[in-house]
Amino acid sequence: MATRPLVIKRRPARTRRSATLTVLTTLMLVYTLLPLAWLVINATKTQEGLLNSFGLWFTGDFALFDNIATTFAYQDGAFTRWLLNTLLYVVVGAGGATLLATLAGYGLAKFDFPGKKAVFATVIGAVAVPGTALAVPTFLMFAGMGLTNTPWAIIIPSLVSPFGLYLMWTYSADAVPKEILESARVDGSGEFRTFFRISLPLLAPGFVTVLLFNVVATWNNFFLPLIMLKNPDWYPLTLGLYTWNEQAATTGGEAVFNLVITGSLLTIVPLVAAFLLLQRYWQSGLAAGSVKE
Amino acid sequence: MTLPAQIRPAQIRPAKIRKAVPMTMTRRRALLLGAALSVSLVAAGCGSPGSPVPAGESAAPTSAGVSDADLSKALEAGGSITVWAWEPTLKQVAADFQAKYPKVKVNLVNAGTGNDQYTALQNAIKAGSGVPDVAQVEYYALPQFALAKSMTDLTPFGAGKLEGTFTPGPWNSVHAGQAIYGLPMDSGPMALFYNKEVFDKYDLKVPATWEEYIASAEKLHKADPKAYITNDVGDAGFATSMIWQAGGKPYTVDGTTVGVNFADPGTQKFTAAWQKLIDGKLLAPVGSWSDAWYKGLGDGTIATLVIGAWMPANLESGVKAGAGKWQVAPMPQWEAGGKATAENGGSSLAIPEAAAAKDLAYAFLKYANVDEGVRTRVDAGAFPATTAQLQDSAFLDKEFPYFGGQKANQVLAESAAQVVGGWTYLPFQVYANSVFNDTVGKAYTSATPLQDGLKAWQDVSVKYGQEQGFTIK
Repeated sequence: MATRPLVIKRRPARTRRSATLTVLTTLMLVYTLLPLAWLVINATKTQEGLLNSFGLWFTGDFALFDNIATTFAYQDGAFTRWLLNTLLYVVVGAGGATLLATLAGYGLAKFDFPGKKAVFATVIGAVAVPGTALAVPTFLMFAGMGLTNTPWAIIIPSLVSPFGLYLMWTYSADAVPKEILESARVDGSGEFRTFFRISLPLLAPGFVTVLLFNVVATWNNFFLPLIMLKNPDWYPLTLGLYTWNEQAATTGGEAVFNLVITGSLLTIVPLVAAFLLLQRYWQSGLAAGSVKE
Repeated sequence: MTLPAQIRPAQIRPAKIRKAVPMTMTRRRALLLGAALSVSLVAAGCGSPGSPVPAGESAAPTSAGVSDADLSKALEAGGSITVWAWEPTLKQVAADFQAKYPKVKVNLVNAGTGNDQYTALQNAIKAGSGVPDVAQVEYYALPQFALAKSMTDLTPFGAGKLEGTFTPGPWNSVHAGQAIYGLPMDSGPMALFYNKEVFDKYDLKVPATWEEYIASAEKLHKADPKAYITNDVGDAGFATSMIWQAGGKPYTVDGTTVGVNFADPGTQKFTAAWQKLIDGKLLAPVGSWSDAWYKGLGDGTIATLVIGAWMPANLESGVKAGAGKWQVAPMPQWEAGGKATAENGGSSLAIPEAAAAKDLAYAFLKYANVDEGVRTRVDAGAFPATTAQLQDSAFLDKEFPYFGGQKANQVLAESAAQVVGGWTYLPFQVYANSVFNDTVGKAYTSATPLQDGLKAWQDVSVKYGQEQGFTIK
């Protein structure tokens, strides 16, 4: 009997509700979900329905499946092509970037070598330079090498992720204890074997976080393809949908807002899925390096 | 180059150039981005080799001249050309061209609309690689490319012989001095497109003069506060076309000597009238080519458009809700009984100086803009720049179900014959149009008078011209 009041007293203290916070987070939630709701609702409308109805509610005819079918069929299936392109850029570009960032971050965290400080300064500096500023020099370099208008023009720049490197660096510094590495070395394991068999499993949460960062960045990449690619066969989804949207502003062009909206919805589905499936890594990864143990 | 997510969307997504053929509205960010891009390209371009024309390719000798026989030979020999264009009707033309000349392969690429494409083209020219053999260039933008000698003079190909093939407006637009830098593809003589259902409902008279137009605007907005006579939030292409019709000649160009003067009487006619619409809040605050614009055209809240003759195809595909409601009438006049119109938009096909296969490129230009291709494009809804098509009875007598069976081409073709002569754009009009909203745009959103806005535009244009090395008169 004596313990009960104690428990009751402690529980409200632990999960005390703040009305202000509840209101704020609710507002935030609505604010974040509203565009998504708009997208879902309007993907169910026809081109005419879109223009003749209230944006945040459904119209009579439910055209979602028609829209999806038309999106895939429009312009000889260009959408599928762009989807495959995006997948290629994400798998090779973001995957490669994550692998490189992990290797480099781990190397910098666990090995001492001359010039380490210089590398550190370069990486921190690179994080600070916005990619937009590098777009033109990159374009000219790639044009000089004859690589514009090829998938390489997207993949090669995507492979570089200074932010990912930095994140992996701080993460490996904490996640892989020196003792484990030492005992592995004593047992005669080579460095690469140690990395793949022992360190990588320990680095998994950080690896997934960086992978998610890179996947999102590459999936949504717009500016780089915009200046590098002129051939619609190599467009990613972002650029392809943009050209569909621009059609409405062209003499004799067909306004296909319904397909742009449906295409956008289809474009974000894989990203939403990735986040839902990997969110626990994402959350733990976000906190990586924030607490010094 | 994976940018942190928070940088990218903010800077790039809004940098969208709502750009159509004529009514161009360049968002400020796009412009800054574009300007930054071209500036740095100019700087960086110093070190890179100029656009090399590979020897052995059929690079056109500019002095000798290319005969029709040479063109036939090139077509028989075959090869491939890359065409940058966003005009949708060219797809069929390219297919037909390949069917007729099986050894020629045409890569038709939509490298962006308007400004997007010009930036890409300038980048490719500066970089010296990836330059297309043919590029679609709007009339207002052609002088800029011509002056930089980025485009090939077509007179050695015999383009001069085509005089009379095209209507005077477009034909004049592809000239720079004696040189011809493109062949006209389409044209946009202006007319009044109006929603007859709205006009009937509120008992409005189809305005024959701008005075009547303003009166209708007032009457309509009073009867239905949601309805506007038209939309306008500041549009360089529209404003210059309006000044053109009013007889204004704000731009004078003589080689590299350029004059800009918006104080001329023609300009003032336009500003006086348009100021009344702005002051009375009689213009729908909707940007052209936006989804809201399409919506307004369909539901009757935007009752008229004074726009180029290429508009029917856009109405038919983009504003299905307006079918049977819209009609076409002559452009309102400044004087009762007047017969003056202007061109609004329209584009040419040009051959970049750095193009590899110039003979084939010219053969394609001729096919698309002079020969069979014109017919194909007109059938698909394009408005021609060729006199033969404009006088063709099949063209003139075509009944448009969209316009309630009206023979709309008669009105439009008549407009083509009444375009006021002597208009010229600046050799840096692409830049000038891109800063229109920063200067004149203010007149639409604040108390700045339109005339003052134009003066500010003039000052910015002059300053830019000086920086580019033009002599300002």
